Amino acid sequence: MRPVPVPRRLAAAIAIAASVALGVALTAPASAQELKIAVAADVTSIDPHFFNLFPNNNIAEHIFDKLVQMDADSRMIPGVATSWKTLDDRTWEFKLRRGVKFHDGSELTAEDVAFSINRVPTVPNSPGPFSAYTKAIVGIDIVDPYTIRFRTAAPHPLMPNDMSTIYIVSKKVATGAPTEDFNSGKAAVGSGRYKFVRYVNGDRVEIVRNDAYWGEKPPFARVTFRIIKNEPARMAALLSGDVDAIEQPPTADLARLKSDPKFTLTSKISHRVIYFNFDHLDRSSPFVTGKDGKPLEKNPLTDVRVRRAISKAINRPAIAERVMEGQAIPSGQLVSEKLFGHNPALKAEAYDPEGAKKLLAEAGYPNGFNLTIHGPAGRYVNDEKIVQAVAQMLARVGITAKVETAPMGPYSGRASKQEFSFHMVGWGASTGEASSPLRSLLATFNRDKGLGAVNWGRYSNTRVDYLIEQALQQVNDENRMIMLQRATELAMADLGIMPIHFQFTMWATKKNVAYTPRTDEYTLAFQFRPVRQ
Amino acid sequence: MQSVVVLFVMSLLVFVGVYAIGNPIDILINPQADQIDRERAIAALGLDKPLWEQYLVFLKGALTGDLGRSFVHATPALGLILTRMPATMELAIAAMLIAVVLGIPLGLWAGLKPNGVAGRTIMAGSILGFSLPTFWVGLMLIMVFSVMLGWLPSNGRGPTMLLFGLVPVSFLSWEGLSHLVLPATNLALFKLALLIRLTRAGTRESLLQDYVKFARAKGLSNARVIGVHVLRNIMIPIVTVIGLEFGSVIAFAIVTESVFAWPGMGKLLIDSINLLDRPVIVAYLLVIVTLFIVINLVVDVLYSALDPRVRLAEAKG
Repeated sequence: MRPVPVPRRLAAAIAIAASVALGVALTAPASAQELKIAVAADVTSIDPHFFNLFPNNNIAEHIFDKLVQMDADSRMIPGVATSWKTLDDRTWEFKLRRGVKFHDGSELTAEDVAFSINRVPTVPNSPGPFSAYTKAIVGIDIVDPYTIRFRTAAPHPLMPNDMSTIYIVSKKVATGAPTEDFNSGKAAVGSGRYKFVRYVNGDRVEIVRNDAYWGEKPPFARVTFRIIKNEPARMAALLSGDVDAIEQPPTADLARLKSDPKFTLTSKISHRVIYFNFDHLDRSSPFVTGKDGKPLEKNPLTDVRVRRAISKAINRPAIAERVMEGQAIPSGQLVSEKLFGHNPALKAEAYDPEGAKKLLAEAGYPNGFNLTIHGPAGRYVNDEKIVQAVAQMLARVGITAKVETAPMGPYSGRASKQEFSFHMVGWGASTGEASSPLRSLLATFNRDKGLGAVNWGRYSNTRVDYLIEQALQQVNDENRMIMLQRATELAMADLGIMPIHFQFTMWATKKNVAYTPRTDEYTLAFQFRPVRQ
Repeated sequence: MQSVVVLFVMSLLVFVGVYAIGNPIDILINPQADQIDRERAIAALGLDKPLWEQYLVFLKGALTGDLGRSFVHATPALGLILTRMPATMELAIAAMLIAVVLGIPLGLWAGLKPNGVAGRTIMAGSILGFSLPTFWVGLMLIMVFSVMLGWLPSNGRGPTMLLFGLVPVSFLSWEGLSHLVLPATNLALFKLALLIRLTRAGTRESLLQDYVKFARAKGLSNARVIGVHVLRNIMIPIVTVIGLEFGSVIAFAIVTESVFAWPGMGKLLIDSINLLDRPVIVAYLLVIVTLFIVINLVVDVLYSALDPRVRLAEAKG
């Protein structure tokens, strides 16, 4: 217990001053060496198979490669695999790129791919495994170091989509490595565009460019992700120049960002649809009462006319313009325009309060009823405000609505147990196509088939189910597209769920940096580039 | 013995409380997962067992010093908290230093010259320190000193160095120090106001006491009267408050930590609550309870040093 001698402290200060000066000297001419990004959510681990969580994947995208990559519009493009095809109904073959090197210099081969896929379901204590994307595979054949085949029990058209979520780790380094070894960097050896440098829990992740990367090399050599969850603090970090870019600037500051010449605001439609679930159960719905406050024996929400009336009562353009400050597009289906399975014929429901009243009267509720709307707090952009706006709009057609919101934890727990009558949720089609929301949200709840896992309203339509199950096994893209479109059309005609809008994802950057925005909401360092002024 | 009971009751309360909020798997698992994946993940974390059984498993581990593993970080909860502790301790100590170094002299001044302009200004300032919400002051500090003036960094902890080759601290370098100034000031404000008011009240009271009058009558210098007779006597309540407040500074640095993105344990707690990461929440609260117990002990020891009438082994006397 002796105090640090002054000379050492002095030496340290000089060392730092020197390194700062040196840093400036090095970066000055290129001016595009270092990038600091403030992200909004906590990275919990560097192990790319431990926890399927957005902020973790966002970092893994830099360090690790996948067989299939997604472009900025969520369309599949070759990654480590140069091509893929079905050999028969139940076998997929992926051809691997030659000369892909891990950060330790060893070559990435089919062995590593097989190892990674086998590792996914075996990571201990995983709170959110990636196994949903590997479970279709019943056998792996390594034909040669650059050819790998996956056998499935049933036809599985989504294999390339699944492979766009599995990060490839090095068999040599990761064999037997626990998740801690990834966090410390020991096992965090990928083949991606950046190499892992440092992860400070709750604070930052530092990465450095992989100059041996097989594809286009990113413009910035050093990147630091700062974790700043607090919105005003993130904004202040940008305004003060401590970081070059932030994700999710607070909606309240959008006007300022748009008018300030020192900053650029970039936004793009997200794959996330914001929608409402109806209680489809034939029961006295827990949060619907008559105008006299007494419970209704019959659940009015099981009547499609009532659901349609509610949908017509909602002024979606007003929500997009005013609540969302223009950062949303009204929606009448599950996936946005550029995603596979989008149905161009389905438009957002037009605002029609008179029509809504008429339908309510037809259904036997000329004076409406009382309803409590539930919503999450702080999970989606302006979630609480959207729920409040919907409540006011419903009041205009006679449905007296109260609003209750709660943080996502307790909220989703209750919603998944059918404790609500009418509640809001969001869904990101992370596989980039329409089967993702269809199978999880609209297929009939069926544990053994793994369908309808998030069908919290318990919507059920056998024709929709049939189409979804067929589509999930239809290897022909064109046929599958038609089936997905048709299933969506039927489910939307029933208003199995009620879409509100697709939210936009936003990024704010300094003027001298530009970002190519993405549908999948990722904030990827390699999509930033310096801008000459 | 008492402390062990407190720790036990605390762990039980938190355990049941967090259990009541909801099932962490609901928010942790990727929504694309199907029902069977979900059940498997629940079983992997031991959440399928009845609550009492989960608690017994925890208790068994706790007795051997294992407070469980974080659900989301896959590392031992206690280790996770300990790695984040130096940041919070550094912030809390810096804040307390600011509060003490400024608070006691200012309070003394205000107590000695209660009607002077300076005395009144100090008191008015302390009211502000009391009543302005911490997060707002924090944002204002950032707006003024980082955004407008650009003097200090707006968030985060600067580079750290090992103190005694063991504890990572940031105050040993200029850059680290510059990161520390704003959050420490922010955290100190409330305590500063408290200390000013406490010192002032104590000073005014003791100035009227006989021993002060007597000391003056003896012809002692003003400095000696204030430095020895006044200050020493008002120190006892101040030390108590500093002790208690130090605990609360550590426990409630949460607001400052999130406004300044300071990677301490308060921020860890908030993140863990959001993800219902129960092992970390329970471990955190147990650590804080232990900390309070230790601080109270230290305060008791200091008492006896300041006040010869207080003896630690009072039973004997």
